[in-house]
Amino acid sequence: MASFVQQLINGLTLGAVYGLIAIGYTMVYGIIGMINFAHGDLYMVSAFIAVTCFTLLAAAGITSVPLALTLALILTVAFTSAFGWSIERAAYRPLRGSTRLAPLISSIGMSIFLQNMVQVTQGARVKSIPTVISGGIDLFSRGGFNVHLAYSQIMIVLVTVALMAAFTYLITRTSFGRQQRACEQDRTMTALLGIDVDRTISLTFMIGAALAAVAGVMVTVYYGVVDFYIGFDAGIKAFTAAVLGGIGSLPGAMLGGLIIGLIEAFWAAYLSAEYKDVATFAILILVLMFRPSGLLGRPEVEKV
Amino acid sequence: MRAAIHAQHPVTVGERLRDAGWIAFVAFILGIPMIGLVTVDVGGKLVVHTRMPLLVAFVVASFVIRLVLRFVIEQLKRRKAERLARAPQRQTAARSLLKPLGWLLASAALVLPLVFSGNRYVVDTATTVLIYVMLGWGLNVVVGLAGLLDLGYVAFYAVGAYTYALLSTQFGWGFWESLPVAGGLAAFFGLALGWPTLRLRGDYLAIVTLGFGEIIRIILVNWTELSGGPNGIDSIPRPSFFGLPFKAPSDGGAQTFAGFFGLDYSPGHRVVFLYYLILVLALATNLFVSRLRKLPVGRAWEAIREDEIACKALGINVVNVKLSAFALGAMLGGLAGVFFAARQGFISPDSFVFSESATILAIVVLGGMGSQLGVVLASLVLVLLPEIGRDFAQYRMLLFGTAMILIMVWRPGGLLSRREPTLTAPAGTKAEAKP
Amino acid sequence: MSENRSNILTVERLCMRFGGLTAIDDLSFAAPARQITSIIGPNGAGKTTLFNCITGFYRPSAGSIGLAHPSRGELMLEMLPSHRVARDANVLRTFQNTRLFPKMTVLENLVVAQHNALQAASAFSLAGLLKLGRYLRAEKLAIEQSMSWLARLNLVGFANTAAGDLPYGTQRRVEIGRALCANPILLCLDEPAAGLNPRESAELNELLLQLTRERGISVLLIEHDMSVVMKVSDHIVVLNYGRKIAEGTPLVVQNDPNVIKAYLGEEEPVEEPI
Repeated sequence: MASFVQQLINGLTLGAVYGLIAIGYTMVYGIIGMINFAHGDLYMVSAFIAVTCFTLLAAAGITSVPLALTLALILTVAFTSAFGWSIERAAYRPLRGSTRLAPLISSIGMSIFLQNMVQVTQGARVKSIPTVISGGIDLFSRGGFNVHLAYSQIMIVLVTVALMAAFTYLITRTSFGRQQRACEQDRTMTALLGIDVDRTISLTFMIGAALAAVAGVMVTVYYGVVDFYIGFDAGIKAFTAAVLGGIGSLPGAMLGGLIIGLIEAFWAAYLSAEYKDVATFAILILVLMFRPSGLLGRPEVEKV
Repeated sequence: MRAAIHAQHPVTVGERLRDAGWIAFVAFILGIPMIGLVTVDVGGKLVVHTRMPLLVAFVVASFVIRLVLRFVIEQLKRRKAERLARAPQRQTAARSLLKPLGWLLASAALVLPLVFSGNRYVVDTATTVLIYVMLGWGLNVVVGLAGLLDLGYVAFYAVGAYTYALLSTQFGWGFWESLPVAGGLAAFFGLALGWPTLRLRGDYLAIVTLGFGEIIRIILVNWTELSGGPNGIDSIPRPSFFGLPFKAPSDGGAQTFAGFFGLDYSPGHRVVFLYYLILVLALATNLFVSRLRKLPVGRAWEAIREDEIACKALGINVVNVKLSAFALGAMLGGLAGVFFAARQGFISPDSFVFSESATILAIVVLGGMGSQLGVVLASLVLVLLPEIGRDFAQYRMLLFGTAMILIMVWRPGGLLSRREPTLTAPAGTKAEAKP
Repeated sequence: MSENRSNILTVERLCMRFGGLTAIDDLSFAAPARQITSIIGPNGAGKTTLFNCITGFYRPSAGSIGLAHPSRGELMLEMLPSHRVARDANVLRTFQNTRLFPKMTVLENLVVAQHNALQAASAFSLAGLLKLGRYLRAEKLAIEQSMSWLARLNLVGFANTAAGDLPYGTQRRVEIGRALCANPILLCLDEPAAGLNPRESAELNELLLQLTRERGISVLLIEHDMSVVMKVSDHIVVLNYGRKIAEGTPLVVQNDPNVIKAYLGEEEPVEEPI
């Protein structure tokens, strides 16, 4: 029982991170219909930037954790958004009118580029930082097993919830959100209505990158260790989460993320750590077999 | 056909400079965290070092490159437009060069080891190119012809390789006996992958196939009793020339290849033999796929890519056609895998990671979907480019990724996107138009 | 007007519901064999939905669609998936938004329609790979059949052109030709006259009449162009909001007050036939 609760906590925390990244995937897919393979690597870049930020802040003598965290978040989000913007302008916008596969290949190329760019500029080795947030609450003990809720976990969940709320507001209540949804549904018509489609798409990329950056900062704080391969791993999981939840659906992305996080935690703890990813994919395949548009996706009735 | 009606607005120097300045500014912003700053391990702890000179150099370089590149591209575009305006029929002439180019490449491939007889490196690299060509032609069936986005093709490559590795090390099977078994097993896996994905749309199909590839890899890494785990399988018997091993002749030992043909032993013999082996396999693949393309099943593949609903409305069993594409593509991948295992003598799950699937997909798309010759050209580019950067080991993959992006932006349809019809109407048909 | 009373298609109490929306409501009608039956009605009346039910793209919520096949007896179409409707029941269709294979040539488009016969002749592609006579003959036959339809439709010159490169009106003719290459007994055409100029419409009328009178093919037509409908139809079914509001010969339908109301609002009946 105690172990179960612990895995529940771990899984939800992990899932929240995946969910944040998954939202970026699903937003980009929703608006320009492409799978951005480089998105996971944006997350990785942001983690590296976060490491640099934290190290700098510590060297500057900032000891207040909330302050350091806030500054690191702001800086990382800012720089990562810049990266997201540049990637879209350089590698995807020129391909906007062409076949479906061209932007996909371009994004694969961008993914390889980012991974190697980080290796070349920051070194191929793992980076670790001293713990930023330590300690937590011991919830209860049962059978010698101590269920521990770390402060960092609480922070991740809180930040995620706050972001989701802000996000939903942004998408449903603001004019930008309306423009974004309009672009998703009919880009040509939206442009004809005088909305700057290019700008909307750029902003979407930047927002997706910002969310990935938040995830990157969270993960850096949580694990304390980053390497240039985490992007690929988290990227696949997050993309799986987006598809599982129904690609194009924001709540679906978060739901998918949570499910994947939970599956990973539970499978690794109870069954086998090595095959946890197999479990994730197997569940994805099963869901898609019976619900081809994902859990919360709108079943696309193809117009015959 | 694009009517190039551009308002000829001469770009002023000021505009050029502002444009380059903007790019330099972006480069500066992006460069700060990555180039300007770096975290270095000092005595177990991270310390931030600044690299201002490097950042400045990067920004200046960006400025200059942007200026120069834009100018060059504009000039090229202008010349191309002028050329087209003058002689529009040149386009068809360029296209008719393709057939002879194909024959030229094939002939070059045939004589390559003879021309570079001393140079093992060249023959080796050419062998690698041919493996990718064969893989590209195999994936071409699934992605290029049938339009099914498969991101896990490397799984079938792995199935073929491991099948041969196991058959040869555990049961003493030879290369040629293992080929059909490995191909059949890979085809079976292709069906297994295809079946749950039949109703899935493009992107969902992509992630499922990716997942499939990863599942196979994870199983190979962890099921140590079967696959040897992360260490893989080694001591895979090297191929022999139909029974004559490529070994140095030993007194009282079995007849060797060199001994039989009265040649001085050279390790190059095996390299050359392997080269011709993959050349034969690749050419057979090409003949097979080209022929299939002209048969009903091949046309059905392309029809599904064009419009699945129209296919259903014409009575085509789309499920069967999709499965046949998966199975056949997988089989070809498996055959390539057998060769790979035989060549290396050793295989491990590291050779079958996602980036291999991505590379093979890139070859198919860069080549131009469905184009056989395009796959050859794309393989050449994608294998040789990192080789050129071999001296700058770190920068190889960086170059590779950049090249992928640049080629797609330059030619989104792929290098050769012209489709060749599989049937032509007989010339001079009597048009019996009934009134 | 044909004396032949047998019906090729019998639709009985057909219902099609999508969630809360009822697209087709308790629809019953019959299409006489070897004649042209037109389905008309204002936009959104459920005409294309009806086609999708008949051709197996939608599974109806209720009701039945019976096809009187000359050699296979009575086939219930509502149970068949789309490719079997085409293959076993020989019911072929065209689409409102032309669905050709754009990168393939016109000839290839038409040969694909003969896929099943060719596939059988190629014996799982083996006969094809080995270039055996039986396959080569089948392929030659398929090409000849395609060319003869192209000739009939005045499309021979386009045989080697990529379908996507053709002008709109030509594409529509190619789509009809492609459906014909699959040897239909019932041909369902979804707005074949849309976008055609008067001359092309007249040619279409001629073609439809020839198909039914000379080749014995039954035709089911969705159309908005009344000059086509009234000129060639033997039988008309009028739909509105998923329900049948009239059925009969063109003369009867034209003067039906319900029809006039549906199209024009409250109006005087039409004085003379169009």
